[in-house]
Amino acid sequence: MSGLDLTLKIWRQKSSVDNGGFETYDVKGLNSHMSFLEMMDVLNEQLVTQNKEPVAFDHDCREGICGMCSMVINGRPHGPLKGTTTCQLHMRHFNNGDIITIEPWRAKAFPVIKDLVVDRSSFDRIIQSGGYISVNTGSAPDGNAIPIPKDIAEEAFDAAACIGCGACVATCKNASASLFVSAKVSQLSLLPQGQPERKERVNKMVAQMDSEGFGHCTNTGACEVECPKEISIEYIRKMNLDYNVNNIKS
Amino acid sequence: MNNYLTSNIFRKVLASLSGLFLVTFLIGHLLGNLQLFIPGVEGQTQFNKYAFFMTTNPVVKLLSIITYSAIFLHIFITLYLVIQSKRARPVQYAVSNGKDNSSWSSRNMSVLGTVLLFFLIVHLKSFWYEMHFGEMPYQYLSDGTKIKDLHLITTSAFQNPFYTFFYVFCMVALSLHLKHGVESAIQTVGLKIPSYEKFFKYGAMLVAFSIPAVFASIPIYLYVSSL
Repeated sequence: MSGLDLTLKIWRQKSSVDNGGFETYDVKGLNSHMSFLEMMDVLNEQLVTQNKEPVAFDHDCREGICGMCSMVINGRPHGPLKGTTTCQLHMRHFNNGDIITIEPWRAKAFPVIKDLVVDRSSFDRIIQSGGYISVNTGSAPDGNAIPIPKDIAEEAFDAAACIGCGACVATCKNASASLFVSAKVSQLSLLPQGQPERKERVNKMVAQMDSEGFGHCTNTGACEVECPKEISIEYIRKMNLDYNVNNIKS
Repeated sequence: MNNYLTSNIFRKVLASLSGLFLVTFLIGHLLGNLQLFIPGVEGQTQFNKYAFFMTTNPVVKLLSIITYSAIFLHIFITLYLVIQSKRARPVQYAVSNGKDNSSWSSRNMSVLGTVLLFFLIVHLKSFWYEMHFGEMPYQYLSDGTKIKDLHLITTSAFQNPFYTFFYVFCMVALSLHLKHGVESAIQTVGLKIPSYEKFFKYGAMLVAFSIPAVFASIPIYLYVSSL
């Protein structure tokens, strides 16, 4: 079987203070069953044998559930395939001779650390500000100890599918984190356990989102299209309504 | 209130509510403009009397102050947010593929808004400024009184094909601005609940198409009837 030959234009940046720029690499004879990250591994092995610095990129589970991989591939976070992370994108979706541009997530709140690796600790600080419930830990509670209607449980679970990768920010023309924050607010505010801190949570998380330097939401809907977990902007509406009602009441 | 008043969501709510208010203004303005379809001296008299009423009635004056405030609020809030979103992404992408995930109008609201601001300035100069400060022709009514002839100013303005084209072009921009704006405003305030999603979606499309289309039909009618 003949392999896939590609030209890669990759963003290289030595450190957060370096200006950075694109470098072009040729990779030849790739197996089309490889994942995109495996293709990057091949490139890096090639660079190492040439005594060149390999391309730094984030990755961890490589099975689409951790949210670490983060590449903008030809202008789309996680590449062209719907509902997939970069690690689950396979080279069969590309054609021989393609030129692929690979960039890091671009946002003020996601500064580049090196090459394609960005610092997403702004997301962690948003979670720390209120994305939790305060409960005493103990032995695991019985299943269905608190009855929750099926449709509500499903809706909360769909929000909880967010892996916090930041593709929503990366694709948003305003670098808004609204989809991420709304998913993290909703996964708790929909459930009984989330009610005691519901109001405080949305206020604190929205305030933290603003202070991290993310942009505002203009409802283009790009985030829900690019989200690897296909999280709906309906959660943004819910968050806005919660936030507005809370603050107008008080 | 924590920092609600300085939050981006609140700023967006202000942009949304001012925008939705301006839609109601557009409907009012459009209903007034429909009088331009009335032919002959009868139409001229009615339109000029209407213009006189609109520039002198105290309730209308109060409404106009609210409208101007909404326009300024809408411009300044959205300008602030646009600058802020530019700052939120200091380094741009070399390749971006917006067309794969969002509509053109949703990505270009600021461009469309700028076209509409330019239109507004030209429009106010052509009619509002002339009516208030310009040297206006007069229409002499049958009871002997005279009244500023805005009807003549309007019909002669739209004898110019370029001015007519400019007006129609700006109505296309208005249509695209409303297409995203109305639906987005309802989402921002949090009312686009899923069970009414189709109602809001098609309602917004109806508003976005019908208002600019009827607005544009008037100058086209005036231009064609001047030929």
